Amino acid sequence: MAVHIKAEDLGASYGDNVIWEHINLDINEPGLISILGPNGVGKSTFMYTINKILEPSSGRILLDGTDVLELGYKDIAKKVAYVPQASGETFAMTVMDTVLMGRYPHSGYSVTQEDLEIAADCLQKMHMGEFALRNFNELSAGQHQRVMIARGLAQQPDLLMLDEPTSNLDIYHQIYTMRLLRDIAHERNMTVLIICHDLNIASRFSDRVIVFRKGSVYADGTAQEVLTEDTIFNVYNVKADIQMVDGRPYVIFHADDSIDDPDFQCGVVDTVSKEDLQEADPMDE
Amino acid sequence: MTKIKYRNMINNIALKLRLSGNTISKLRSTGGQSASAMIIGQYRAYKYSKMLMLLAVLIFCLIFFAVDIALGPYDLDFIKVYQLIFSRLFDWDQDMTTPMLVVWNLRMPRVLEALIAGIGLAMAGAAMQSMMKNPLADPYTTGISSGAALGATLAIVMGITLIPGGLGTVFNAFVFALLPAGFIILLSTVRKPSPAMIILSGISLMYIFNAVQSYIMLIANPDAAAAVYTWTVGSLNTAKWANIPYLLEFSLIGGIVLMYMARVLNTMNSGDAYAKSIGINVERARIIVLVTISLIAAGIVSFTGVIGFIGLVGPHIARMFVGSDNKILIPAAGLMGAAVMLLADSLVQIVGTNVPIGVVTSLLGGPVFMFLILRQKKEVW
Repeated sequence: MAVHIKAEDLGASYGDNVIWEHINLDINEPGLISILGPNGVGKSTFMYTINKILEPSSGRILLDGTDVLELGYKDIAKKVAYVPQASGETFAMTVMDTVLMGRYPHSGYSVTQEDLEIAADCLQKMHMGEFALRNFNELSAGQHQRVMIARGLAQQPDLLMLDEPTSNLDIYHQIYTMRLLRDIAHERNMTVLIICHDLNIASRFSDRVIVFRKGSVYADGTAQEVLTEDTIFNVYNVKADIQMVDGRPYVIFHADDSIDDPDFQCGVVDTVSKEDLQEADPMDE
Repeated sequence: MTKIKYRNMINNIALKLRLSGNTISKLRSTGGQSASAMIIGQYRAYKYSKMLMLLAVLIFCLIFFAVDIALGPYDLDFIKVYQLIFSRLFDWDQDMTTPMLVVWNLRMPRVLEALIAGIGLAMAGAAMQSMMKNPLADPYTTGISSGAALGATLAIVMGITLIPGGLGTVFNAFVFALLPAGFIILLSTVRKPSPAMIILSGISLMYIFNAVQSYIMLIANPDAAAAVYTWTVGSLNTAKWANIPYLLEFSLIGGIVLMYMARVLNTMNSGDAYAKSIGINVERARIIVLVTISLIAAGIVSFTGVIGFIGLVGPHIARMFVGSDNKILIPAAGLMGAAVMLLADSLVQIVGTNVPIGVVTSLLGGPVFMFLILRQKKEVW
């Protein structure tokens, strides 16, 4: 079952530095939804507010009508899974143990046969079955990412959030993973929310695209509606040509002509210092 | 000749196993067992092998225990020691001869104290490393050892004790050892208790404690200063039966809590954000583990003085054998810590009882640890 996510006048900040405010979003349909936008506009922050990793500074976020702040971490975890972009494990366990972590919200102290079956199944879905007993630290960045996606799937959530799930994957696994996520979303009638920087990958597979620009949501709709030359220029300050391929926009960049102003940095929230982010950013240790 | 014969035999068995392995995989690929079932089977076998490792460490630990109890300054041969132990066990009310008093009232508490302290410190160390995501962490990371040392110094040099009587020094050390944990809990009401914050507050407290202690040592008379110094390096010479129940309490209850938290500790290793996302209240879990570790370490330190290295090295050696799953690592680390501790105590008994065990654990553990790090091929950290 898909979860109804509703952001009401939502705001988030790290210390005194406001990332965005007055965001209103309603996600109430199953499918693959991509969040696009330049670095530092608060795409990950939006995900953090959904599963209470970060408490909103203003407004509220509702999961199926209940304010997340009223829900316990475990209640949220039964519905919402989160796949980080990278994982810095100091003491890594085996790949299988790592995927079994995803069963935490559903299982007791000991691992059941059902947990094992689900974990093994998810590992195989991500083509990592043969690495089940390898140490997590012995894998490449792309393999890490595939294990973490398997771990997210093993949690069997209604809402799966992935932070740049394809950033380290080879082109085969980019397509494979996106297709898998889209199909799972449709088959299980669930919502898959991803943060993505590859506009064409997002365009090809997404049912809905949400574009963040510095401090606000700039556009929201289908790929055809959202991915226009204007949007890309206004959000990223990049000149691109759009062609339609298979009924979806295909974005073409040019090596030398797409960027006019080499000093322009889009989307950077200039007032946030690194220390502020480290203090408030839950990803940090 | 026999050597070659045995080698051939082993090779033959290996060959047969490999063939049968091939046949099985062929059978599997043509149907029957699914790939998932195969992964699960392999995973179960892997976990089983780790349990065997745990058993092996337990046996090691028991052997060292058996050897250690037979050693001591009083001249008794190995067999005689066991005769005395069994004779006492079967006839509890008999009159105690001098050798029996030596074995029962001097050696037994000493060896038990070594065992329990080793288990407690190493379990606490394993939990601390996982919680802090830091291979350099040990049970004393939050400043427990310097707190305990200051408490003991106040008692020994200035006679300032929180409770009167024989346990004055012990109780002082215990309370002062818990101060850092209390301080962190206080801080956590204002800021989230991140590993960096815990370590840094531990370091700052350590400097403060050390400064006060150094000043007291400077103004103290030489005898008292020497007593403090002996206390600081850690020793089992003061071991007695009366201490054992306290030590056991802290290690046992603490160990059970840490085992219960093992799964949470595993997930904390993947980062706070992820741990929260699967339903763990990271801040609360961190405080629970921190308080447990502090109680274990403070309980042990206040009786034995500061025995270093066990809490750092025990978990790392165990990690090389059983991996980093805290469910197996915590008990394995405990047993490994106990084994190192008993081995160190055996050496103390051979070399001379005036050598403090804290010195031996470091002198012995350092090179062994270095050797293990250099020869291991797989990345554990």
